[in-house]
Amino acid sequence: MASLITCPHCGVRPKEEFSIRGDAVPVRPAPNAGAEAWYAYVYVRDNPKGRIQEYWHHAAGCRRWLVVERDNVTHEVFSVRDAADVARSGSGEAA
Amino acid sequence: MALVLCIAYAKVRRLFQDTRMRYSAFEIIKQAFSGNRHWKPAWREPQPKPHYDVIIVGGGGHGLSTAYYLAKEFGISNVAVLEKGYLGSGNVGRNTTIIRSNYLLEGNEPFYEFSMRLWEGLEQDFNYNAMVSQRGIVNLFHSDGQRDAYARRGNAMKMHGVDAELLDRDGVRKMMPYLNFDHARFPILGGLYQKRAGTARHDAVAWGYARGADSRGVDLIQQCEVTGIRRDETGRVLGVETSKGFIGCSKLALATAGHTSVTGKMAGLDLPIETHVLQAFVSEGLKPVIHNVITYGAGHFYISQSDKGGLVFGADIDYYSSYAQRGNLATVEHTIEEGVSLIPGLSRARVLRAWGGVMDMSMDGSPIIDRTPIDNLYLNCGWCYGGFKATPASGFCFAHLIAKDEPHYTARLLRLDRFQRGFVVDEGGKGPQPNLH
Repeated sequence: MASLITCPHCGVRPKEEFSIRGDAVPVRPAPNAGAEAWYAYVYVRDNPKGRIQEYWHHAAGCRRWLVVERDNVTHEVFSVRDAADVARSGSGEAA
Repeated sequence: MALVLCIAYAKVRRLFQDTRMRYSAFEIIKQAFSGNRHWKPAWREPQPKPHYDVIIVGGGGHGLSTAYYLAKEFGISNVAVLEKGYLGSGNVGRNTTIIRSNYLLEGNEPFYEFSMRLWEGLEQDFNYNAMVSQRGIVNLFHSDGQRDAYARRGNAMKMHGVDAELLDRDGVRKMMPYLNFDHARFPILGGLYQKRAGTARHDAVAWGYARGADSRGVDLIQQCEVTGIRRDETGRVLGVETSKGFIGCSKLALATAGHTSVTGKMAGLDLPIETHVLQAFVSEGLKPVIHNVITYGAGHFYISQSDKGGLVFGADIDYYSSYAQRGNLATVEHTIEEGVSLIPGLSRARVLRAWGGVMDMSMDGSPIIDRTPIDNLYLNCGWCYGGFKATPASGFCFAHLIAKDEPHYTARLLRLDRFQRGFVVDEGGKGPQPNLH
């Protein structure tokens, strides 16, 4: 039930140590990208049923931002990666 | 004597050729005389017709009330409600049954007050006992700042003609002596009281609307899952693909809160919605102890007592996106901790059942009742966890929109494009963070 999250820095930790930001897929547009792009980034969510990626903050642990890939129906967790590593992987989105 | 009356009554009924069974004390007596063998099913089980004027996807509270008001108020009865499970199997039977109209903002308060007024006449209107009980709600406050915020909200309510009363500490103590008034960190300083608020039996609300819609000719089709939306080359909706085959329609209305992104995607809609799970709890049956609805201002906890005696309560959503109709143990613990902090005696009650419902969390915490970029597709969604109290007004306003192609006055600000235009209705002032609303 996503009750335990394996933090890449701290190991297996209970869910209560984390705070959840939401969908990790939208990419912040350039400041001058225009209203339409900013609207999509701030408000529109794909919200799929099944496999998703979410930003979790290890607030009561290492305080790193993480990208948790999990299933929002079965609550199975597939991977937990440091958000900076995901961003540096260069694909432009957390994939 | 009673028998003579019954026979006379039956004759009068036959005269009027009324095929609908009207529930009344008299009907109960009459049925008792024939061993209760002649009660009719509350609604038919029709097969889908090839085409309807309006198809409503979702046989929950909002879909059923929409169908009811379409037929009753707007004269459109060639309507089908498609439900993938059984009627009322979603959130209308999973909430904590609270009805109230104590909102602050112009976009919300008139709408919820319209709903409250419909609740007040609902049972007579649809001839069904929904056990509407106006036992009052008290929103507790625990700091001077929170008192000011509630005073402001109460004033906003009064300006919209809604009852509101600011109770001081003694006023609350008189009504609810069992609360933890001297909590070290969150002492109770008072509460905002809306007398006309209360509870309603949620399943009966769905059943009452279902029966009312059915008797006016609406086809309620259960076990019929919509798997696709068929559109022509101009983009207009032609009908829906379902587990019972293709069904055509002139207008399509989505009332699938919790799964709006799933059904919306079938028509290519981009929506400001994230799906989350909210849990609810009920204790073993107790003698009457909590006579009103209470909300805790220091935590997001709310509680009332059902007519059967169970304490019905809940708190926050689980914070992460979830389509599973079950919640996380950490949230169970959090909810109970909040409850015991407010009502110490609660620690002695045992929880009988807990369940979860999935809901559309919108980006400003307010719902959407609007047209879509597709001409004949209408949208009712984004109820966050306040959808139950809105059931009557949501159905009425959605039916108004579908029938007249213009929004009902009280729902005119609940638009799909309000985020783009900068007219969000953010009651909690929390910004575009759906898990915080």
